[in-house]
Amino acid sequence: MDTFLGLDYPTWWFLVVGGLFIVYAVLDGFDFGAGAWHLFLDEKKERRIALNAIGPVWDGNEVWLVIGGGSLFAGFPVVYATLLSSMYIPFILFFVFIIFRAVSIEFRGKEKMFWWRKSWDISYSVSNIMLAFLLGVVLGNVLQGIPVGNNFLYQGKGFFEFLNLYPLLVGITTLFLFMIHGAFYLILKTEGRLYDRLTFLVKRGIVLFIVAFGITTLYTFIFIPHLLDTFKTYPILFSIPFAAFLSIANIPRLAGKKKYLSAFLFSSLTICLLLILVGIDLYPMLLLSTIGDQYSLSIYNAASSEKTLKIMLTMVAIGAPLVIAYTIFVYRTFRGKVKIDESSY
Amino acid sequence: MDVEILARIQFAFTIAFHYIYPPLSIGIGFMLVLFESLYLKTRNKQYESLTRFWIKIFALTFAIGVATGIVMEFEFGTNWATYSRFVGDVFGSPLAAEGLFAFALESAFLGVLLFGWKRVKPWVHLFSTIGVFLGSMFSAVWIVVANSWQQTPAGYHIVGKGMNMRAEITDFWAMVFNPSSVDNVLHVWLGALLSGTFIVLSVHAFYIFKNRHTVMSKKAFKIALVAATVFSLLQFFVGQRSAEGVAKYQPAKLAAFEGHFAADAPADMYIVGYVDNQNQKTTGIKIPGGLSFLINYDFHTPVKGLKSFPIKDRPSQVNAVFQFYHIMIIIGVFLIFLTLFSCFLWWRGKLFSKKWLLIIFIFATILPQISNQVGWFATEMGRQPWVVYGLLRTSDAFSGSVTANQVLFSLILFTVIYLLLFLLFIYMLNKKIMKGPIEEKNKEDNYLPGENTNILINE
Repeated sequence: MDTFLGLDYPTWWFLVVGGLFIVYAVLDGFDFGAGAWHLFLDEKKERRIALNAIGPVWDGNEVWLVIGGGSLFAGFPVVYATLLSSMYIPFILFFVFIIFRAVSIEFRGKEKMFWWRKSWDISYSVSNIMLAFLLGVVLGNVLQGIPVGNNFLYQGKGFFEFLNLYPLLVGITTLFLFMIHGAFYLILKTEGRLYDRLTFLVKRGIVLFIVAFGITTLYTFIFIPHLLDTFKTYPILFSIPFAAFLSIANIPRLAGKKKYLSAFLFSSLTICLLLILVGIDLYPMLLLSTIGDQYSLSIYNAASSEKTLKIMLTMVAIGAPLVIAYTIFVYRTFRGKVKIDESSY
Repeated sequence: MDVEILARIQFAFTIAFHYIYPPLSIGIGFMLVLFESLYLKTRNKQYESLTRFWIKIFALTFAIGVATGIVMEFEFGTNWATYSRFVGDVFGSPLAAEGLFAFALESAFLGVLLFGWKRVKPWVHLFSTIGVFLGSMFSAVWIVVANSWQQTPAGYHIVGKGMNMRAEITDFWAMVFNPSSVDNVLHVWLGALLSGTFIVLSVHAFYIFKNRHTVMSKKAFKIALVAATVFSLLQFFVGQRSAEGVAKYQPAKLAAFEGHFAADAPADMYIVGYVDNQNQKTTGIKIPGGLSFLINYDFHTPVKGLKSFPIKDRPSQVNAVFQFYHIMIIIGVFLIFLTLFSCFLWWRGKLFSKKWLLIIFIFATILPQISNQVGWFATEMGRQPWVVYGLLRTSDAFSGSVTANQVLFSLILFTVIYLLLFLLFIYMLNKKIMKGPIEEKNKEDNYLPGENTNILINE
C-alpha cells in the first residue's frame, strides 16, 4: 500500500473527512445554537437581529455539509451507503429540518402578520434544535455501534431503534454544546438589551451542557468501555481528553470575565477536541457492527480505490484553500455588530 | 408497493421538484450579471433597480434550491445504498468536486450578493454576482458529469463479486469527459439559461402589459429577448448533437424516443404520436426516415430498433419516454419561432405593440420549465432498466435494509413539505412581482442610511 508522508491513503482520507465534519460542526454548530435560542428572544426586534447575525453566513456554513457528504461518498462509499440507509429515519428527519431552517429564514420577514412570523419563528427554532439533536443522535449510534450484518444490511428492528439511551444522551449534549457556542456567536454580533439577555442565557446553557456532558461521559466509561481501548494502548493520547476537559472548564471562566471572543474560540476548540476524541476512539474503524466484528467497516474495507483517494486528495489540496479564502472574505465583509438595512431578512 | 417502486417515485419526485430551482438560479444569475455589468458601465440607475429586483427573486429560488438539493446528495445513501456502494468510487468524486469547486463559490458569494450592496464597492459586488453565477454553472457541470457517467460509463473497471462488486476509477478525465458529458452539460446549461431568460421576459412583459415600470421593463425585455433567441437557437444544435450521441451509445433509448421497433430498418421521426408497447406499434404524424436523417444525414440508413434488444434490456415505459421526448422537442421548436418572430417585430419597430404577444410571453415562462422536466424524464426513463447503463440494473440498486414503510413515510413527508414549499414559492414570487422593482432615481444623493441595532433596541 502506498503511503504519503508516512501515512497510507485511507488514513489521509479519514483525516480529510474528519476535518471537514469538524469544520462543519464548528460553523453550522453556531447557526444551530443561535437558532435554538430563538424563541427565548424578544419577538419584536431581537429575533430579527439574531436572524440577521447568521444571515449572510449560514448558507456558506452549510456548504461544509455538502463537501463532507460528497467526500464521505467518494472516499468511503460503503460507509456512506451503510450509515445513511441504516440511520434512515434520523437522516430523513435531518433533511426535513434542513429544509425548514432554510425556508424559515427566507420567509419569516416577508409578511408582517403576527401569526406568520410566529409560525416561522417556531419552525426555525424547532428545526435548529432538532438538527443539533439529530447530529448528536447519529454520532451516538456511530460510537455505540449499529446492528449491521451480512451484506452491509442493517438488522435493527422497529422505527425508533436508533433512539435508545446513549444516542439520546449524546444528542442532548450536542444540543447544549451548540447552544452555548451559538450564544457566544450572537453575543459577538449584537449589542444593547439583546446582548444583555444573551449573556444571561448563556450561563444557563453552560450549566446544562456541563451536566449533560458529565452524564454522557460517565455512561461512556461504564457501558461502552471499548471506546477507551486506543487510549490504553497509547497513553499519550490521554492528553486529548485532558485538553478537552480544560477547554470546557475554561468556557465558564471566560464567560464570567465577559471575554466573549475567547469564550467563542474555546467553545469552537471544545467541539474540535471532542470530535478528535471521537476520531481516535474509532480509528481505524468507521462503523462498528454490534452483531459481529467481521461486519464492521474500517477505513480499509470501506475505502475507495487508492487511485480515487489520490485524485480526491489532489482536489481537496486545490479546493480547500479556495473555500477558506471565500469564507474569510465573507466573514470579513460582514464583521462587527449586525446592522439591519432594507436588504436584511 | 415494494421498496424499489417507492424509492423510484421518491427519487423522481424529489429531483423533479429540486430541478425547478437550480435552472432558474443559473438563468436569473446570468441576467443579474448582465444587468449589473450594464449598471456599472452606464451608471444608469434603472439597471440598478433591475439588478436589485431580480436579486430578490434569485434569493427565493436559491434558498429552495439549496434546501432541496441537500436531500438529493444524501438520498443516494438512504434509498440507493447498493447503488452507492457500487458506484461510489467513480460517482462520488464529481459530487465532492461539486461541493468544493462550485457550491462553495456560489454560497460564499451569495451572502455578499444579497446583503453586501452597501458593504462592498460596486465592482466587488459585481465580482460576487459573477462568482455566484459561475458557481451555479460549475455546479451543473459536476452534477451532469455524474449523471452522464450513469448514461455512458467510461474510465472505470469492475472489481469484486456479489455484494462487493463495484466500479473503480481507472482514468479520472475519461470519466469526466465520458461520451455524453459535454453534450449533456451544454444541453442542461442552455435549458437553465432559457428558463431564466424566459422568467425575465414573462415578468417584464407583464409590467409592460400593465403599464408599470415601462421604460425599465422594455430595456430588460429586449436584453432578455436577445439572450433567449441565441439560447433557443443554440439549443437546437446542441439537442441534435445530443441525439447523435444517444444513437451511438444508448441505442435502446433512442429507439424508445421515437417508438422505433423494427430491428433493422430506416427510422421515422414523429411530430406527434402514440406508442402501443404491447403490440410494438407506433402511430402518428411522421416524417418517414426522419430519425435516420437526424442521425446519419440520410433518410434510408437503418437504425437499431427496440426489437433488437431482449425485452429485459428495454425501457418498459416506451410511450411515456416517447411523449416526454416529443413534448420537449415541440417546446424547443416553439421557443425558436417565438423568439425569432419577436426579433422580427422588434426590427420592424412593433415589438411592444401587440398585446397578444405580451400575453404569450407572460405565460411562456412555464414552457422551458416543462421542457427541462420532461427532457430529464425522457432521458432517465429511457435509460431503464439500467441505473448505470449496461452495468447495474435499477432493480438491484436500492437499499436492501430499508423497509417499504420507511420509504413510504419519507415519501409522504416530502410530498407534504414540497407542496407547502411550492405554494409558498408561488405566493412569494407573485408578491414580489406585484410589488415590482423599486425605481432608483438617477441622481447621486439617494443614499438610505442603514438603521443599526442600537437605534432599534434603544428607541
